[in-house]
Amino acid sequence: MDLLTPDLGLLFWQAIVFLGLFLILRTFAWKPITDSLNERENNIQSALDLAEKTRLEMTALKADNEKLLVQARQEREVILRGAKEIADKMVADSRDKAEAEGRRMLEQAREAMQNERQALVAQMKKEVVTLSLDIAEKVLRKELSDKTAQEKLVSDLVSKSRLN
Amino acid sequence: MRSILNRLFLAIALVISSIAFSQAQEHDHTGEATTQHEGEAPVEKGKFKVGDMIMHHIKDDHGWEFAHGVTLPLPVILYSADQGLEVFSSSRLEHGTVYNGYKLDHGKIHRVNAAGTELDDAKFYNFSITKNVASLLLSAIIMLLLFPAISRSYIGNRGKAPKGAASFLEPIILFVRDEVAKPSIGPKYTKYLPYLLTLFFFILINNLLGLLPGAANVTGNIAVTLVLAVITFIIVSFSGNKHYWMHIFKPSGVPLALLPIMVPVEIVGVFMKPLSLMIRLFANMTAGHIIILSLLSLIFMANSLGGMMTSVAISPVVMVFTIFLNLIEVLVAFIQAFIFTLLTAMYIGSAVEDHHEADHGIGYEPAEAH
Repeated sequence: MDLLTPDLGLLFWQAIVFLGLFLILRTFAWKPITDSLNERENNIQSALDLAEKTRLEMTALKADNEKLLVQARQEREVILRGAKEIADKMVADSRDKAEAEGRRMLEQAREAMQNERQALVAQMKKEVVTLSLDIAEKVLRKELSDKTAQEKLVSDLVSKSRLN
Repeated sequence: MRSILNRLFLAIALVISSIAFSQAQEHDHTGEATTQHEGEAPVEKGKFKVGDMIMHHIKDDHGWEFAHGVTLPLPVILYSADQGLEVFSSSRLEHGTVYNGYKLDHGKIHRVNAAGTELDDAKFYNFSITKNVASLLLSAIIMLLLFPAISRSYIGNRGKAPKGAASFLEPIILFVRDEVAKPSIGPKYTKYLPYLLTLFFFILINNLLGLLPGAANVTGNIAVTLVLAVITFIIVSFSGNKHYWMHIFKPSGVPLALLPIMVPVEIVGVFMKPLSLMIRLFANMTAGHIIILSLLSLIFMANSLGGMMTSVAISPVVMVFTIFLNLIEVLVAFIQAFIFTLLTAMYIGSAVEDHHEADHGIGYEPAEAH
């Protein structure tokens, strides 16, 4: 058993033991170990990927929310402005309408008063005529109650009237 | 907190192991010295041969000697054309006893005739479960218990964080996958990952087992590293695609006149790579063991040179160095497992890679540490 000359028996045993060890460990140790290591690494990688994806989604969601918020704020402003305009318009409209109505009613009243006055004046005129006629009749009747007065009058009238 | 505890535990374990190791050596050597010198001149008593002791420890042996006198006999399996298959305990060959015509001499079994003289031309094959084979089987049992259990814990623990031993080994498995296999081989790495993982943990566990006191020097044995290198060579050669072989036998962009030089160089390169793998691991592990044993031998050399007090005086210094080197060896155990696996992955990578990097593919080797 010299140092530098390989011994046949040891060569034989080493070859058998090492190859046997290799074949057994390959099936019963290395394959399951490397498989589960790979599986674990894949799991970790996919978990990391998922986390990254979720993070991106969250960012997108947040951006979306922000956008929605801004939009909502804008819409609110628009709506508020619209409502204010409508309210203003309504107030103005109703004021105009009320004014017009008042004016119209005033006009109507004035017209009615005018009509009334005219009717009243006409009535009064008529009554005055009747009354003056009555008075004239009465006066005439009284004046002409005696014969002499009557004749005098007729003579006056005849004298006054020019006979052509 | 936990890491501090772990470090403390590691440090204590290392200190204890090195102390136990040195004591084992001590017993060993005093004992060995006496047995060795029984038949020799008594003048040499108290001396021992450092080289022999070191070689005895780093080489393979029949029977597993944990400490002197504590030897686990291991089965001896021999096959010869005339006597057929024989299996018996190595304890029958102890102390040079002749059994069935076999005699154990300096860790090597010889065929002897009836008169007791060795027959050098006798043909027989030794398939014994030696110390290294036993340690090999031990490491295989450890791996067969450990890794399928971990894989079960993965299946039972599906989708959850790893627990227990899995959480300790997972970083190493991921390291082999992500730092060794993926960058070196490329997208086709999954096919070769089981081999690389087996290789890495086999070398690592045997390196670490070899550091225990009384343990065998499995990865520091050239037969073991030879088998690993040959398997790598076979895988690389069978994985080699068109570009890989084209680069060796008909490199593009090389002037025709240079081909007679380039092609042999490339062919030598194909064999040099596994050869370098084999020698690197063997030499690193053996060298580490030799250094630690040499350091410890200093105590006994001091004893035989300057007596008891000198060896006592020198012991603390040697101990500090030994602990330091043991720690370095733990590091080397990891580094060598890593380098062997990395280079295997790179050789496979150069064989399977697609065209565009063909120019760097085969001649390219990273700075090889150690």
